[in-house]
Formats: sequence, structure tokens, C-alpha cells
Amino acid sequence: MIKIIQDYGLMILQSLGQTLLLCLLSLCFAMVIGLIFALLNVSRNRVSNFIGTVYVDAVRGVPLIVLAYFIYFGLPAGMKALGAVDFRLTALQAGTAALSMNCGAYMAEIIRAGIQSVDKGQMEAARSLGLTYGKSMRLVVLPQAIKTMIPSIINQFIITLKDTSILSVIGFPELTNMGKNISGNTFKSLETWAIIGIVYMIVIISLSKVAKKIERRLNVGR
Amino acid sequence: MEDRKRIVHVKNLKKSFGSLEVLKDINLDVNEGEVVVLLGPSGSGKSTFLRCINQLEIATAGHIKVGEFVITDKKTDINKAREEIGMVFQHFNLFSNKTVIENITLAPVELKKMTKEEAHEKAIALLRRVGLEDKANAYPSQLSGGQKQRVAIARALAMEPDLILFDEPTSALDPEMVGEVLDVMKELAKGGMTMIVVTHEIGFAREVADRIIFMDGGLIVEQGTPDEIINNPKEKRTIDFLNKVL
Repeated sequence: MIKIIQDYGLMILQSLGQTLLLCLLSLCFAMVIGLIFALLNVSRNRVSNFIGTVYVDAVRGVPLIVLAYFIYFGLPAGMKALGAVDFRLTALQAGTAALSMNCGAYMAEIIRAGIQSVDKGQMEAARSLGLTYGKSMRLVVLPQAIKTMIPSIINQFIITLKDTSILSVIGFPELTNMGKNISGNTFKSLETWAIIGIVYMIVIISLSKVAKKIERRLNVGR
Repeated sequence: MEDRKRIVHVKNLKKSFGSLEVLKDINLDVNEGEVVVLLGPSGSGKSTFLRCINQLEIATAGHIKVGEFVITDKKTDINKAREEIGMVFQHFNLFSNKTVIENITLAPVELKKMTKEEAHEKAIALLRRVGLEDKANAYPSQLSGGQKQRVAIARALAMEPDLILFDEPTSALDPEMVGEVLDVMKELAKGGMTMIVVTHEIGFAREVADRIIFMDGGLIVEQGTPDEIINNPKEKRTIDFLNKVL
């Protein structure tokens, strides 16, 4: 085990960096996607509701691994058929796209539930003063919604971090992929996968500790 | 009364929720400085009527005009109209993520009616008027119901509206806090504010109202001065209602 760490430690750290990069990029996009579709979902406009619902249902209805294959292999094939022969996606691009879409759908549901947990009277009071829907949402409803959303968002972050491992299937050089390589080279599966598992665990536990702190700070003064 | 400016004009207002017709045919004019109290049993459409005036509910048919704004016209900028129409809710609806003073200054500052400093000064003056200047930096959750409602009134006043709608402002309060809110409302009425008040406080109606409207089943059954409606009601439904509440 110590030998594996000595030989592959640096590479493991590098692949962890790739995992975190993929995760962070995806989370950022997922927040935006989630917010957009949540707002579509809670709006009074039926067309927006429909679009929001379709997105969430479609993406949640497809396993992440299928979505990743579709984007990484399917899209370029489709583009080729349409004549764009040079269209290629890197594993990072495809992985970020797949993970953002997937996480975005769950995030949309979390944000929607958060918005709907805020008393309707808050929006009405803001509107009654002459504030627009957008301002009322941004200044009054969302700040209150975020507080109830935070535990679920943290939970989703952790799920997304672990889901990056699925993208080893499209050859993205993240942590799990590295584990495959190491165990293939050394034939020491037990040790390798124990190390990889522990690395994930350390990262996730420290992230949730940080998140708990943020959560506590946000609740101060209420 | 004829020489006063007409602020609210409602004609043939109808409102349905699905197949349920809540307002059947409402006609009402309110003049500047007038205090109109809406009385009636639960489900008679009082609150719905009130909420149609600032379009928290969209009228199914009919015509509503407040000041210069034709509320029922789709082209009207409803946000501009609402700046002139204050509203006080049964459940206060103070912004719970904001302090008392932020609750009051939010709209005037965001809507560029005042600078931050002006709004702050005005808010402090309003808080003094409702007797809560020491609560400026408290959060709504730290206030009693009566205090919350007084802040809500100050918040509505900060926009300097031409008209304030009160939707059962004392119904969610403990009995001992009703007085403090009614006192603020009485003072407002004396100051010449135009008010439409949905309430079950007959005493308040008797003392403060210029006119009482009795509603039942989505219609105005009877209207007149407090003396006419409370002491000498003509319609059987009004008599039955007053017998139950008095």
C-alpha cells in the first residue's frame, strides 16, 4: 500500500484535481441551469411551466452514464451526419455538459421546492408595493428560499462530486479512472481501491464540514 | 361629497375562480379621504374584491380605475399603479429576511422614489408615528403581532400611496393587540388617508367609517353611513349578520 502511494501519489493527486475541476465546473453550470428551470417551473406562465417540467423529467429520466455516452459519442456522430465533420468534444467538455445537465435538473427541483416553501404572502406584499416580479423574487423570495435550500444543495454537491466517477467511462482522467489504471498496473485491487475510496471520503467529509459552517453562519441573526 | 376627487371607481366587477363565482357584480366609488369599511360574512367576497383593486387577483370582467390608472386595462403598468395603492395584510407579510427599517425602505429605494438617506429618515419618522422607533433594527420574528402590523402599515405609508387597502388587519392578532393597530388606523383616517378596510371590528367601523358596505354572496347588499347600516339596517341579510356579530 505504501508502495502504491509512493509510486502513484502524485498522479492520484493530479486526478483528484481533475475530479474537483469537473465537479466545480459542473456545479457552477448546474446552479445556473437549476435556477433558470426552477424559475420557469414556478412562474405563472404555462409554456414556461411546461418547458421546466419537460427538462427536469427528461434529464432525471436518463441515467448519467447514458447521458454521458450520448453527449460524448452520440452528438459528434449526429453532427457528422449533419455535415460538421470536425465537431469533437473533449472528455472534459462532454463530462461537464453531462454532469451539469444532470445536476442542474436536481438543482432545479431543490430550488423550486425552496421557492415554494416561502410563504406566498411575501411575494404578494412585495408586489403590492409596486416591485416587479423579478425584483420581488430576487430581493425577498430567493434570499429566504436559499436558507431552506442549503442542506439539500450541499447534499447535491456531494452526490455530484461522487458522480464524477461515472465519467471515467468516457475516459476522463479523474480519480476513479486513475484507480483503474493503478490496479491494472499493479494488480493490487484491494489496496488501490481502498486508497481511492479514502481520498473521496476525505474530500467529501471536509467539504461537508465547511458547508456546515457556512450554513450556521447564514442562520445567525434569525 | 361631490366636490371631492374620486379615487376608486369600480364598475360591474366580476371575479370567478374556476366555476366558482366569487364576485357577481360590484359597483363602487370611493372619494379622496373617505374611509370605506367592507363588512360581511366569510366567503362573501370582501377580500377578493379588495385584492382585485390592486390586481393581486385579476378581475374576470368589469372595470376598475384607481386614480389615473385603469387597473383592468392590460396595457396599464400595474407596478406603477401599485405604487399608489398600499396594502396591509391579515398576516402582516413582513419580509422576514429584512429588518424593520429595511422592510420600510426597500420599495421606496428600489423604485427610486427616494434616496437611501431620505427613505431612512422617512422610515424613522413613520416608525415614530406608529410608536416603534426603538424596533428599527429588529427582525420581524422578534416582534409581537400588533407590532408587526404597525410596521406593515408604516411600510405601506412609506410609498406615500393615495389609497390603502386593509385586508382584515386585526383578524390574526391576539385580542389585547387589536387596539394598538386600530389606533394607528384611526389616526390615519383622521389625517385624511383614503382607506378601504375589510374588518370584523364593528366598533371600528362605527367610529371611523364614512361609509359601510355590507357584502354577501359576491354582491353589495346594502351601503350607507355607520348609523344607517349598524343601527338601522334595512336588508334582512344585514340584520341577520349584525345580530350574529354584535
